[in-house]
Amino acid sequence: MSEIGTEIGWSREALAARAAQDVPDGSYVNLGIGIPMMIPSRIPADREVWFHTENGILGLGGVPAPDEIDLDVTNAGKEYATVVPGASIFDSSLSFAIVRGGHLDIAVLGGMEATPSGDLANWTAPGRTPGVGGAMDLVSGAKQVWVVMDHTDRRGRSKLMRRCTLPLTGARCVDRIYTALGVFRPAGSHFDCLELAPGVSEAVVREMTDAEVAFDLAPAEEPS
Amino acid sequence: MIDKIRTDVLEMLDVVPDGSSIAVGGFGLTGAPIMLCDALCDLGKKDLHIVANNAGIDPTGVGRLALEGRVRKFTGSFPSNKSFFALFHEGHVELELVPQGTLAERMRAAGAGIPAFYTPTGAGTDLATGNYPARYDSDGNVVEWLAPKDVRVFGGKPCVLEEALHVDFALVKAHQADRLGNAAFRLGSRNFNPSAAMAADVTFLEAQNIVDVGDIAPDAVHLPGIFVQHVIMSTGGWVGTPNAPGASW
Repeated sequence: MSEIGTEIGWSREALAARAAQDVPDGSYVNLGIGIPMMIPSRIPADREVWFHTENGILGLGGVPAPDEIDLDVTNAGKEYATVVPGASIFDSSLSFAIVRGGHLDIAVLGGMEATPSGDLANWTAPGRTPGVGGAMDLVSGAKQVWVVMDHTDRRGRSKLMRRCTLPLTGARCVDRIYTALGVFRPAGSHFDCLELAPGVSEAVVREMTDAEVAFDLAPAEEPS
Repeated sequence: MIDKIRTDVLEMLDVVPDGSSIAVGGFGLTGAPIMLCDALCDLGKKDLHIVANNAGIDPTGVGRLALEGRVRKFTGSFPSNKSFFALFHEGHVELELVPQGTLAERMRAAGAGIPAFYTPTGAGTDLATGNYPARYDSDGNVVEWLAPKDVRVFGGKPCVLEEALHVDFALVKAHQADRLGNAAFRLGSRNFNPSAAMAADVTFLEAQNIVDVGDIAPDAVHLPGIFVQHVIMSTGGWVGTPNAPGASW
């Protein structure tokens, strides 16, 4: 989390909880590494949501207790995981048929840069070890792509850019962005701000955002 | 009578020539045929083209092959470990970086008689336009880039042409197998193993348990024996992922 992000707006936990609020009952969802992985435990209890992982599980559960670890159950981050009752397991080719065939309702991914046209960069940066994993498959295949990320990078630079400076994961693929400062929707030439985080002003968002932002749709800052 | 059971792993794998292309199953170390990778190392095989999702955790599995300098080229989606990074940037190994679903589908296509297919995955990215390094020289200069991919528009979406990924050999690991090569995988260890077996001319299968014909119910066979030529009992034990939460490789 950026220094700025920890000071104003939603914390990492609150950000994950805010995105979790928007996941509809009955959804099939794939989660990227980072803040998205904090979403499952924050899904409202009255909703049934199924989590898919690239390595071939639909019905991924939480982290196992030490005495429950099964060496054959891991998540896409290669950490030990669990499966829930009703889960199914399949090979990588079928797993990516689920991803690429348009069967997932939502892919929730981390991000490095996103633009008003919906371009996303999140797979590599200079000096990084090579690795793309399933990111390009997910952004091209899921019905909706949500990005949950810090509003700025470690140097305080906006991640909501006019144009991506890093290599693209996909073009015109992002449907919604959750940052510490609010909820945003790529709208072509600008981002629509759908909601401001508590205590965050339009002026702060403008100051911390490289791309243009429109606030017509955002609820009032101080609800009456 | 068909009997694909073998007892000497070194004798079995000695038929693999240097320079071969070899698909290796597993996702990280889950479902990875560690004993077979070790045998290739012990036999001194070299100049290999390895196709696998990950470049392995050094010094295990595919990672051991790479660290010992036995890999000429790696095709995969996540060779994200430090040792591999160094080998790549110092010009010791060529890299073909592929989106994970494209990797699985290219192997499946090879096994299914489909020479090539179009997919929107990767369209417009550096991996499709050829703006990503494939090989460095020893001074760290890029001497070869990925080949640009053909693009066509289907249903308004730009799609890239991906070719089937056929390999000479596959190394896979299963929980159970019989003398016909019928195999069943346990939980999440299935991952890339079936696609790897389908993509190869000759598949070597490391089995945690060898069972009698008929012990695996017909509708519980995940990989039909027609895709498997050699079966050997695993002596490597049950290998899990050593990844701690939050680690990345």
